[in-house]
Amino acid sequence: MISIQEQFHRDTERTTADVPRRAFIRKALHGYEVRRDETKATFTDWQQARTVAADIKYDGLNHLDGYLKEFEEKFTARGGKIFWASNSGQARDYILKLAKERQVKSIVKSKAMTSEEIHLNPALEEAGYKVVESDLGEFIQQLMHEPPYHFVFPCMHLKRDEISALFQRELGSAATDSPEELTLIARRFLRQQYIEADMGISGGNFIVAETGMISITENEGNARLTTAMPKIHVALIGIEKILPKLADLALFLPMLATAGTGQHITCYNSMYGGPRQPGETDGPEEFHIVLLDNHRTRLLADAQQRDALGCIRCGACLNVCPIFKNIGGHAYGTTYQGPIGSVITPHFRGLQDWKHLSGASSLCGACTDTCPVKIDIHHHLLHNRRNAVAEKKVWWERLIWFGFVQTMTRPWFLRIANKLAPWGQKLHPLVLGTVFDPVRTWTKTRDFPEVAPESFHDWWAKRKETSK
Amino acid sequence: MVGKTQGDFEMNDDREKVLARISEALAVPAPRHHETPAAGAKAGIAVPFRAWLPPVGSDFEAQRALFSTQCVVLKTEFVECADAAAAAAHLAALAEANEWKKLAFHPGTINDAIVPHLPESLGLFKVESGYDKVELETCDAGLTECETLVAQTGSICVTALSSGGRALSVLPHHHVAVARHEQLVPDLTAAYERLAARYGANYPSFISFISGPSRTGDIERILVLGAHGPKKLTVLLLP
Repeated sequence: MISIQEQFHRDTERTTADVPRRAFIRKALHGYEVRRDETKATFTDWQQARTVAADIKYDGLNHLDGYLKEFEEKFTARGGKIFWASNSGQARDYILKLAKERQVKSIVKSKAMTSEEIHLNPALEEAGYKVVESDLGEFIQQLMHEPPYHFVFPCMHLKRDEISALFQRELGSAATDSPEELTLIARRFLRQQYIEADMGISGGNFIVAETGMISITENEGNARLTTAMPKIHVALIGIEKILPKLADLALFLPMLATAGTGQHITCYNSMYGGPRQPGETDGPEEFHIVLLDNHRTRLLADAQQRDALGCIRCGACLNVCPIFKNIGGHAYGTTYQGPIGSVITPHFRGLQDWKHLSGASSLCGACTDTCPVKIDIHHHLLHNRRNAVAEKKVWWERLIWFGFVQTMTRPWFLRIANKLAPWGQKLHPLVLGTVFDPVRTWTKTRDFPEVAPESFHDWWAKRKETSK
Repeated sequence: MVGKTQGDFEMNDDREKVLARISEALAVPAPRHHETPAAGAKAGIAVPFRAWLPPVGSDFEAQRALFSTQCVVLKTEFVECADAAAAAAHLAALAEANEWKKLAFHPGTINDAIVPHLPESLGLFKVESGYDKVELETCDAGLTECETLVAQTGSICVTALSSGGRALSVLPHHHVAVARHEQLVPDLTAAYERLAARYGANYPSFISFISGPSRTGDIERILVLGAHGPKKLTVLLLP
């Protein structure tokens, strides 16, 4: 088996070679940027709004234990049930056991990245349950048997004819090149699922401590149907999604929409505080919330990078990232793609296995500038690089740095090296592109610059001589 | 009914372990990567988020105009009606134009004033406790009241208690929301203040801000209305 890093290199090589797909993604993201900028401009003070949002998240995360307890107390007082899961196995087991105990037959799901994170669907399917993704993009990805390409726009990489071919193959529908017709095909298919399903599984965008609620943001209405029709509602949410007050949403809902899709506000922003209450006409009989740690506390323990847990998953950093635009979402091999994914994945899944993602950045800082909650994303990529090396030294890097220090601290040695370099370069063609080529990753796609015939030092000395 | 069956399902969880890990992690204070905002910006309901969000006029006329503009952007039909009979007349016109056979509604003071004026040819389905969800799915439109209309975002705030539960405003293909002038508020902060004033600590189990008909842009970022929820949304504003 090849390493995760090697897989990443192979995948990025393949995806960057797909020039038409890259152009397609770039065009889509350009459309997003134009729209987001227009919406941002309607804010009286977007920058101040970001600062306040960052401050509320700072407060929430730095008092996380207290706020989670407050949330638990309020939520359970209204008949909700909370399950605290340390890891993905526990979370899966709880949902599986609940489904079995309640003799669930059919499950409908709305979008939840946490369920991708814990690989919930394969576990439920293996246990014999029919699970249907109801978000259009997620539904398409489920039929494609591939993970979401982007955690906000799951199928942004697919063109309409590919989706039409998929629907013909999987659903037996007629060919069409109209996005409206394609949406209608999915709508017809999924309508019946909401009525039949006896369990609805959702994610959650925010946990509100003050009132014991979760908030779900969506455009399609699928999460609303998922949480209205089945008799059991299970929400799977990371512990970090905390907001202290209900009214904090008055700031976060417009900001999430603006940063995420360029909308003023998303079509449905719904807050759920318990199962059906006395005097209400409908709603689930049971409401379970699975609070997922799954190494979030490991990131919480890194005080320097704690703010990365404040991420509201708007996807803005992906949309502006030059690396994302070129390698695409699947190459990352992570649940959370793009710059924020490169920051948090090493904490969640192991620094040594995922440290290469910290290098998949030009450090341009576009992610940090766009982040609505002011996460210091590109500096955290640097922190991860530093931490990875501090934790485990790489022998050949050490050797190179040793040589560098030896050379740079001895001017006479540097002078000799400079004199020898042009001669050395003459031998380069002999090994170019082979395993003996010391710069082969560079020469694979670029020419190696020619060494100057004389050093700056010599040139300067000569210039001074002649101008005398 | 409430949580009746929930007590009998137990599985040991890691509550103490998770909380212990959190407390341990928080022992080291986090640096702030952002400047501390000006005084008075502590989280809370009194926070004037409106100082940074898109501006809203202070009087009713300005707010109604903004709500109307946002409805155009969101593709919501916004109609002002002189009274309940006029609202019913507009519903009758919609029913005819869209070939509705059945309208679902919930009992409520505004709805009860409108429904008697509706043409007899339009079938009615009353959504009350224990209603048949399969029948609701066959209804062409859902008529609901709401908590507030939000000028800043063009949103309708519905709750399980004010709007006939959770499904009525999302399952039928056309959602018609009715409201009175005094229900128009400037922004989301004001909408939350109204909710707090009305329900105190005992909120309905479901609160939603609806902003336009259901939509998706998942296929090539092309906007399609009517993804899973209503294809059409109408707001009728009564004095």
